[in-house]
Amino acid sequence: MASLLNHLFQKERTHRTSLVQGQVTPDPTRCVQCGICSFNCPVEIDVRHHAWQGQPVVHSHCLTCGECVARCPRGVLRFERTNLFSEAGK
Amino acid sequence: MTRYVIIGTGVAAIAAAEAIRAYEQSGDLTLVGDDPFGYYSRPGLAYYLTGELNEEMLYPYRKADYQKLNLRYHHVHATRILPAEKQVELDSGMRLPYDKLLIATGAQALPLNIPGVDLKGVHKLDHLADARTLLANAKRGRAAIVTGGGITALELAEGLAARGMRVHYVLRSARYWPGVLDELESGVIESLLAQEGITLHHKSEISEILGRNGKINAVRLADGRSLKADLLAYAIGIAPRVGLARESGLDCERGILVNELMQTSQPDIYAAGDVAQVFDPASGKHLLDSLWNPAREQGHAAAINMTGHAKAYHKPPVFNVTRLVGLTITIIGAVGNQNDPDLLGVARGDSETWRQMPNVIVAQGGFEVNRLRLMVGKKHILGAVVMGDQKLSGMLQSIVRQKTDISPIRAQLLASNAPIADILAEFWTRETTIL
Repeated sequence: MASLLNHLFQKERTHRTSLVQGQVTPDPTRCVQCGICSFNCPVEIDVRHHAWQGQPVVHSHCLTCGECVARCPRGVLRFERTNLFSEAGK
Repeated sequence: MTRYVIIGTGVAAIAAAEAIRAYEQSGDLTLVGDDPFGYYSRPGLAYYLTGELNEEMLYPYRKADYQKLNLRYHHVHATRILPAEKQVELDSGMRLPYDKLLIATGAQALPLNIPGVDLKGVHKLDHLADARTLLANAKRGRAAIVTGGGITALELAEGLAARGMRVHYVLRSARYWPGVLDELESGVIESLLAQEGITLHHKSEISEILGRNGKINAVRLADGRSLKADLLAYAIGIAPRVGLARESGLDCERGILVNELMQTSQPDIYAAGDVAQVFDPASGKHLLDSLWNPAREQGHAAAINMTGHAKAYHKPPVFNVTRLVGLTITIIGAVGNQNDPDLLGVARGDSETWRQMPNVIVAQGGFEVNRLRLMVGKKHILGAVVMGDQKLSGMLQSIVRQKTDISPIRAQLLASNAPIADILAEFWTRETTIL
């Protein structure tokens, strides 16, 4: 039981770490609004809408799993480091 | 209250509607369009064909997005513009008055002009309806013929191969997309097509489509050979839908001529997107594009001018990112000047600016699929093709668009076997650090 809880907390910690360290950022000039990013998002975030607006995917449900970045056929999306204060961010 | 009318439902029209609402909340805004599917991602059809997307996902806008724009939508065909009365006549007989009008009617596929083109099983890829009928006909194991050039023809070949068809790609030219790609780049694409099981027939031309009981069953080539065919799909270029503008007396060449405010020859009528022929400062000519982002930018700029806030549109060096046979390619600025016998004029995902090759020396580097080609002018990089690894494409986009002075590294770039990617990356790091 303890190991299961540890495992769950570890997953949550990893998720939170990745959230503070990076976000998916679009280049709207490359986007053709095809929707592959939104179609492949496992938590159904409308990534395409962020790309249209030119806004990073700042969304509480975003897993930063990279599925949208990898699937985009036009290189619209990339990870951008956001944690400027940690050692890893330097 | 100003009455705005937009003819069209593509990205230029939607970008214009958004900009009008951003600048003027109270104006009366009407959209007129005859496309049965309204606003959807036309470039997304390529991924719909391969099965990477479902049809529902092609629509970027939801009901709430339309509601935010507070517009009226007439799903009809505009038959006439009456500039003197400032009215648009609809096929319902209704006349819509306007104070400012935007024409964003886009472009349509050019028809194939050979005997047998009316047989069942002969397809173009203009609209979602075409993609639907094409998919309904694309049966696993059957033979498909693709002909034409540019991005759409290749997307057709890839899509049909992904659906399990045995695809033959018939090209008039000696290599793929010679107007934009160089020989090595064409070679990379063609070897990837071969890996996908697509058979290429160079320097070949379909002279006749043969059929039985009204349906295609083979094509005859000009050299006398015949190929079995259960389906034929073609993409030989597009033509801007200028009929409405021409009949209304607006100045047109291949598209509707616009000035830097996106105004036509009638001051209250604007044009944007695939239908507009826009002044290109680099070549000094009015040129056509069929690209998503320039259409969006032009719609936005036109709308700002329509609301009375002057915004000149200076056509930047055009770029497009596309995926050809799984390989991402970015094309920026002027990169080629050869004629392409597979295309009549501009194609979708294409720009006339890419073929305005200026006085340049070519620098190239990289191996196999990761390749970089630079068109080096006296002080600037005027064009680039980035194939495969895209790490440098954003940087090159900035260098070409901002006309960055590359004099300090020009000699290095042009040295034989120069590591041009490293030279550029180091140069850009220095430039951006200084800024």
